[in-house]
Amino acid sequence: MLTKTIFAGFGGQGVLLMGVCTANAAMNEGKFVTYLPSYGAEVRGGTANCTVSVSTEEIASPIASSPDHVVAMNAPSLARFQNLAKAGGIFMLNSTLIEQGLSRTDLIEIRVPAGEIADSLGSLRSANMVMLGAYVAASKVVSYRILLEAVESVTGSKRKDLVELNIKAIKAGYDYVEEHYGKADKKKKSAAKAEVQVEKTATEK
Amino acid sequence: MKTEAKRLMRGSEAIGEAAIRSGCSCYFGYPITPQNELTEYMAKRMLETGRVFIQSESELAAINMVLGAAATGARVMTSSSSPGITLKQEGISFLASMELPCVIVNVMRGGPGLGNIAPSQSDYFQATRGGGHGDYRTIVLAPASVQELFDLTRDGFDLADEYRIPVIILADGMLGQMMEPLVLKDTPIAPEELPEKPWTLRGAKDRPSRFIRSLILDVNLEEEHNWRLYRKYQRIERREIRFEEYFTEGADMIVVAYGTAARIAKAAVKKCIEKNMRVGLIRPISLWPFPNEKILDLTKYAGHFMCFEMSMGQMVEDVRLAVQGKAEVSIYGRPGGVVPTPAELFRVISRTYNKILREKKA
Repeated sequence: MLTKTIFAGFGGQGVLLMGVCTANAAMNEGKFVTYLPSYGAEVRGGTANCTVSVSTEEIASPIASSPDHVVAMNAPSLARFQNLAKAGGIFMLNSTLIEQGLSRTDLIEIRVPAGEIADSLGSLRSANMVMLGAYVAASKVVSYRILLEAVESVTGSKRKDLVELNIKAIKAGYDYVEEHYGKADKKKKSAAKAEVQVEKTATEK
Repeated sequence: MKTEAKRLMRGSEAIGEAAIRSGCSCYFGYPITPQNELTEYMAKRMLETGRVFIQSESELAAINMVLGAAATGARVMTSSSSPGITLKQEGISFLASMELPCVIVNVMRGGPGLGNIAPSQSDYFQATRGGGHGDYRTIVLAPASVQELFDLTRDGFDLADEYRIPVIILADGMLGQMMEPLVLKDTPIAPEELPEKPWTLRGAKDRPSRFIRSLILDVNLEEEHNWRLYRKYQRIERREIRFEEYFTEGADMIVVAYGTAARIAKAAVKKCIEKNMRVGLIRPISLWPFPNEKILDLTKYAGHFMCFEMSMGQMVEDVRLAVQGKAEVSIYGRPGGVVPTPAELFRVISRTYNKILREKKA
């Protein structure tokens, strides 16, 4: 079972950190994992993304030409990755910065007002952690408990005061998805799968 | 501290940490993407460990600093990416002639020219044919994971000292940038714990002076020098070949790939095995010395060798030489920084495999 996720947003939003935390959690769960950042001519305020692959087997390529899940923190990321996403996968949107929704109907759209939630907790900068919690709630790619431990070890080495805030933000994001998509999640997933099947039959014909 | 837990580490940083734990006491480098994280890591760790880090004014300066430091017996490393490695070739030729040990890391990117910063394997010729002028070789190791970046860098320092030869770690942008779990199983060694080298230049007080030079005007002496180097290279060819095999026994067709390409090839070959195709993989880990005999031996099963490279085909020439006409050799290449998917490669392998089967029947 191989799951590839792309985290994307503005440089400075902490999308790479979301990936590193996820990758660390997956490693601590004993899974195979790779993390690949976009690199090169990146600038502050420009776009940044990273790909995290989690698998029960050896991972051949850390690149995702068609990611299973996408976490989009800003509108350009939605535009860039919507067409690449694999049918039936989860597409997370930071609704604080992204007004429009998906035009594709074969994806599970999950909208989280990560900015507002983070702001209410005291720091807009923890929007990435809100989104990370929300993503793990929706995808279950790593266990929630191990994620919290990973975030603590990744972000806690330099600024102990930030750990508390990060943990709070992750919990808030996780709870938001549980509350708004928790029960509907399963229904939506099966609905999306059904639609994929319909599409497949349509193309086959 | 002998063993440590698994940690998530970037490829570039795994090379850096391997150098630190090998007792590397000098690092010289000039920035270039996609290996800047290595230079950054060394800047931090060399300072922490009280060793020498210099960001030089150019690649030429860096490689000549390597030469100077190596002559004093220090374990020394430099790193760059394709265009920067080209600039270092003069120095590498001098290092080879002077038999100075060092580790040179090439995190390959798309070329020729300045090219781009995406992962590529187009420096195989340059790395395995010497690269600079003159009749020489360097040991070339090709890792395919973050763990191997670490392990082969550590081995690289030992090989360099053992044979007094420059060792090239041939990685690419993907390996350098990606993070993977790394286990440190080795015992770190500090520079002062390393055995003394009997040939170094550190001042000739109370002993006759020594010379390390590459200018040998007397043709007879230069010929003798070349013969000595040649015999050393033969020794290395006998003793230091490394490769990994995957389902090669009884395979009708064998895929040959190294580094990042081999990761993708392995996934594609795995799919072939699941579909009961008799396809195997051989992954050269030492590109020089190349596993010639192993490949020749595999012609007893396989009538077709398909090279897969992230270039238009460079290692394929070594495979052709290795099979000695006893098998067909083909190439599937994706140059310019493109990393194909295992699914794409599986399609290519299947096409060739089915063709072989058809020909067999006919």
